[in-house]
Amino acid sequence: MKDGDPAKATVRQIYQEHDPGGDALLRVQGLVSAFDTERGLLKAVDGVSFSVNRGQTLGIVGESGCGKSVTAMSLISLLPRPAGKVLGGEVIFKGEDLQKVSETRLHEVRGGEIGTIFQEPMTALNPVHRIGRQVSEVFRLHKKMDKKEAWEAAIEALRMTRIPSPEVRVGDYPHQLSGGMRQRVVIAMALACQPDLLIADEPTTALDVTVQAQILDLIKGLQAEMGMAAILITHDLGVIAENCDLVVVMYAGRVVERAPVKELFANPMHAYTRGLLNSIPRLSLPPKSELNTIPGMVASLSEMASGCRFCQRLGRRSSLGDERPELREVSPGHWVEACPECCGGEARESV
Amino acid sequence: MSEIGTRGPLLSVKDVKVHFPVRSGLMLRQTGQVKAVDGVSLAIGEGETVGLVGESGCGKSTLAKAVVRLLRPNAGSVVFEGADITHLSPRALRPLRSDMQMIFQDPVESLNPRQSVRQIIEEPLIIHRQGDAAARRRRVDELLERVGLPANSGEKFSFEFSGGQRQRIGIARAIALNPKLIVCDEPVSALDVSVQSQIINLLLELQREMGISYLFIAHDLAVVQHVSDRVAVMYLGKIVELATAEAIYQRPYHAYTKALLSAIPEADPMAERERMLLEGDVPSPINPPAGSAFGHRISHPRYKETVGMNIGLVEIEQGHWVARDPCCLTEDDWNKVQ
Repeated sequence: MKDGDPAKATVRQIYQEHDPGGDALLRVQGLVSAFDTERGLLKAVDGVSFSVNRGQTLGIVGESGCGKSVTAMSLISLLPRPAGKVLGGEVIFKGEDLQKVSETRLHEVRGGEIGTIFQEPMTALNPVHRIGRQVSEVFRLHKKMDKKEAWEAAIEALRMTRIPSPEVRVGDYPHQLSGGMRQRVVIAMALACQPDLLIADEPTTALDVTVQAQILDLIKGLQAEMGMAAILITHDLGVIAENCDLVVVMYAGRVVERAPVKELFANPMHAYTRGLLNSIPRLSLPPKSELNTIPGMVASLSEMASGCRFCQRLGRRSSLGDERPELREVSPGHWVEACPECCGGEARESV
Repeated sequence: MSEIGTRGPLLSVKDVKVHFPVRSGLMLRQTGQVKAVDGVSLAIGEGETVGLVGESGCGKSTLAKAVVRLLRPNAGSVVFEGADITHLSPRALRPLRSDMQMIFQDPVESLNPRQSVRQIIEEPLIIHRQGDAAARRRRVDELLERVGLPANSGEKFSFEFSGGQRQRIGIARAIALNPKLIVCDEPVSALDVSVQSQIINLLLELQREMGISYLFIAHDLAVVQHVSDRVAVMYLGKIVELATAEAIYQRPYHAYTKALLSAIPEADPMAERERMLLEGDVPSPINPPAGSAFGHRISHPRYKETVGMNIGLVEIEQGHWVARDPCCLTEDDWNKVQ
């Protein structure tokens, strides 16, 4: 892993690293997204790479502002315009770079081949239209069905998400449904066209734990049925542990660690991942004991260091200085941002 | 710890009911009522933390407001330090306000954006006429330091701070008058895990130092278990189980408690466990089912028996109270409470 010129290695590792299989459903490489603000162009996502195979669930975890939602939005070119833009990188979906395709093709992909679910179902639904109209719109747009067919299909889609008596509910307005039921409607819309990939951005954060369990169970079941891949964005490591195959840990716009889920929880390498795992109150901890914390705060985007950003948070200096730590593969499929100060175990040895 | 704290309860509520009228039609006649809290009894001992969990809409926050008399209960009594405060007027309550404070979920909405942090924290001191300007100034500086905010924070505004720091401001304001009881309504729900643990640690430290009692409301059961001595589980306006934090998690009796516990996602991908998926949503408190509310939700075969039955709490083990409800107990447990 030791390269002659570390700077070059960094570039290569970040921008060219890809899965050995190469037949990923979605491959994101070196994605950079930024917002044009009064303080200049701020990079919310700074060189993010990962890939998802068919049927797999990839979890993206990190704290607020780490760029996980911006990453999701960038994938399907949904960043708010004109402020947000993708500055670089590739989003290869079924062999096609979504950054380069036409707007018409994007419309086909969104909702057709990639479904999305966002955190707050109320904002995803139009309050003045019956849910039947909103769900059937997907069928009319993507499947070119007529009004009546689409309405019937909408009832079926609602039934699939286990909404009780869908033929009645289809005539309801969003406000007549509970939060969990609304989220089911959004899922019905997202999955209406049997997409190859589902992007779920904090799909259960606004819901109670019991309803969260129902919804995650539902997504899992439908995913298995359809062989669909999913990207699940959450700040809850519990949700990640129970639902994902692969995990991407993001910090301050960058991927600090990426690994298969069991490997990540058994063998977290990066100090940030460890900090996150240690700060969750667990039922196994002695009651009222002091919890581990991560000191400091995430720097604001305009003050982000170019070097290791977790060192910046802890107020220490990385021995790499201002140089961005490269991602290194410490075991098969387990990649970690190799800042010597932030890495433990094997990763440290390899640095 | 028994039902009542060792040194007698700091606060106890008995059979408290809070009903809100539902008005509709042209004349806004009362057409029904929301039974937000429907007969709750609870005691909080000195220096004790009682956790309150339940799904949204179960009446947790309403109960919290009734406990500190921000709402007047329709029935029942609230006794604070031996004095019945159920019917006190807001003016008569004012001297007691320094002993009972609240911390809210959303620090953005609970802090005035037009006041500097110093003004926010100083306000309770002014209202309760504590010290002169110089003394108050010193006290605010002391409080800022105590909750771990930078010394120059006083002159800034709340929106200049991150979520965790804002919650620290809320905590500084709450402890300014050395209260005996703080009601924490989802204090860490809006925070990221790494910040959440900082705030939990701070609350635990303050309790050790100042002997504060907490009524701690959250929907995150792991958090509640971590901070609480005893935990009350609420369902549709009623407490269905009440026990020490340990007992609730080790040996839950009520089916709803079991379902809640099994719904917590565990941060361990190797853990294989059975999940009890609850179907449906919490029934509406406007038109609650006639019998066992939870039995109705899960369509329990014994639901019919519970219609018209008086489902009260019963002490199934020393200090472990559970609703006497055939739909929610296993057959063995049900026979135990007969």
